[in-house]
Amino acid sequence: MIDLSVQIGKLKLKNPVLLASGTVGYGNEIAELTDLSKLGGIVTKSLSLKPRIGNPPQRVCETSSGMLNAIGLANVGVEVFIKEKIPFLKKLNTTIICNIAASSVEEYVECTRILTREEAIAAFEINVSCPNVKDGGLEFGNNLQAVAQITNKVKAVTDKPVIIKLSPNVSRISEFAKAVKDNGGDAVSAINTLVGTAFDIWTKKPKIKNVTGGLSGPAIKPVALAKVLEISRNVEIPIIGIGGIMDWKDAAEFMIAGASAVQIGTVNFINPKAGEEIIDGLIEYCKKMSIGRIADLTASYEI
Amino acid sequence: MYTELSTVESREKLNGNAYLLKVKAPQIAKSIKPGQFCNIKVSETNYPLLRRPFSVCYAEEDSVYFMFDIQGEGTKMLAEKKPGDRLNILGPLGNGFDTEGDYDTAVLIGGGIGVAPFPLLTEKLEGKEIVTFVGARSADHVIKWGMKNIVTATDDGSEGFNGNVIACFQSEVHKLEKRKIRIFGCGPNPMLKALQKEAINKYDCQLSMESAMACGFGICQGCPIKKSQGEGYYLVCKDGPVFESDKIIIE
Repeated sequence: MIDLSVQIGKLKLKNPVLLASGTVGYGNEIAELTDLSKLGGIVTKSLSLKPRIGNPPQRVCETSSGMLNAIGLANVGVEVFIKEKIPFLKKLNTTIICNIAASSVEEYVECTRILTREEAIAAFEINVSCPNVKDGGLEFGNNLQAVAQITNKVKAVTDKPVIIKLSPNVSRISEFAKAVKDNGGDAVSAINTLVGTAFDIWTKKPKIKNVTGGLSGPAIKPVALAKVLEISRNVEIPIIGIGGIMDWKDAAEFMIAGASAVQIGTVNFINPKAGEEIIDGLIEYCKKMSIGRIADLTASYEI
Repeated sequence: MYTELSTVESREKLNGNAYLLKVKAPQIAKSIKPGQFCNIKVSETNYPLLRRPFSVCYAEEDSVYFMFDIQGEGTKMLAEKKPGDRLNILGPLGNGFDTEGDYDTAVLIGGGIGVAPFPLLTEKLEGKEIVTFVGARSADHVIKWGMKNIVTATDDGSEGFNGNVIACFQSEVHKLEKRKIRIFGCGPNPMLKALQKEAINKYDCQLSMESAMACGFGICQGCPIKKSQGEGYYLVCKDGPVFESDKIIIE
């Protein structure tokens, strides 16, 4: 029997496969297509204090082995989330991590302070790295002091584990991971999407209305792996690896590079059962490799 | 909503560069309603990465039909499928046309490949009078498969009315004066925008919208369409693709 459980700071997950924020909604739509109770957990869509309507269309477009999105953090807001989404999430037999996005340090703190009372939420993932909003987003994500301050202030209002979702759009991601650790953060998620763009050559117009968007999918996997490795080699903090994971082999690769768990995102749009399939694949892999505890795979790279 | 690993049963080339693909997908075939769509993975690799949304054209017993034309790499790959090939299909998705209610004549207006959902709709409308306006670039692009009582319009005048399908409808609508009509529209955005303008305050009208999307079932939030009342957006995939014509703003 393989021990699939992993530990992310204080947070224990039954297995290392999570669904990434923004690719699972609030759980209800995807629950029709896959058994969420088999997963290590789900990370809900980014929540802001007040509802956000998001960016105008066109919001998504396909690129070579990837996709660009500029959704703009469309979400129902904290109040509606508690009233309408939590009851469903409570019924799921999986770990719920709540992702929070904000345009000021105060808003991050206020969202966390309100939501920390909700029993259904096991941990927070703080999105300091959305590339698609004018206020906050990347401005925080590539400002070391801001990331340090947000981590510190959010930690002060909750006893629950706090994971900071880092931006890859910086030159030294490990410095940001260190700032998270030094300010009491429990873990980091790496990476959020990369800033990208695409143009229609006939109209010469950008393919998405926001001009730039966040690039995700298999196209970004090598970049994400390098960022995970960089953090793993320089900072002692649990890493949740994200970026272009399409199958169990990709997930194993992220763990070898230093991730304690992984999040899958874009693949959920293409194969809503991918999470379950990845867990099955990892079990088989562990058997073949004679790995008794999947946690032993983390940072097992040989260089 | 199901993900079905289905098998291609037949492929037929229609007019222009349009194709009709019949696939065996029993669960979807049994539950599909006209105007709903499926999201198809056109290859088994990561290229192209995303699924492609297609209206369901027709359904019988265990099979569904997709009508599409070649627009890019994805549809080109789909057009190359042979009987026996496997296709991963996610569906039925979205809300279809509302055919219930108080009207005696269904007016179907489609532009180009926008006629794709009409064969299943035509079958569902049994008992109603049907007039189908089919618009196309030219005679060799007019598609009539599975439709009834067709009036054609071509941009170059090579078949039927010389002009676009909305102008054609305007020139013919006097014939329907004494009837209680409901319009079902599907086609490119400029056509639907013109139809919406024509229908506003005058006709009971439903429009099937197209949009770029990733997931097709509401999790990616990639396919917004502006609400005509209040702030914010509907999602084409989940709240649509069919909308009452006065509920949305077409840009």
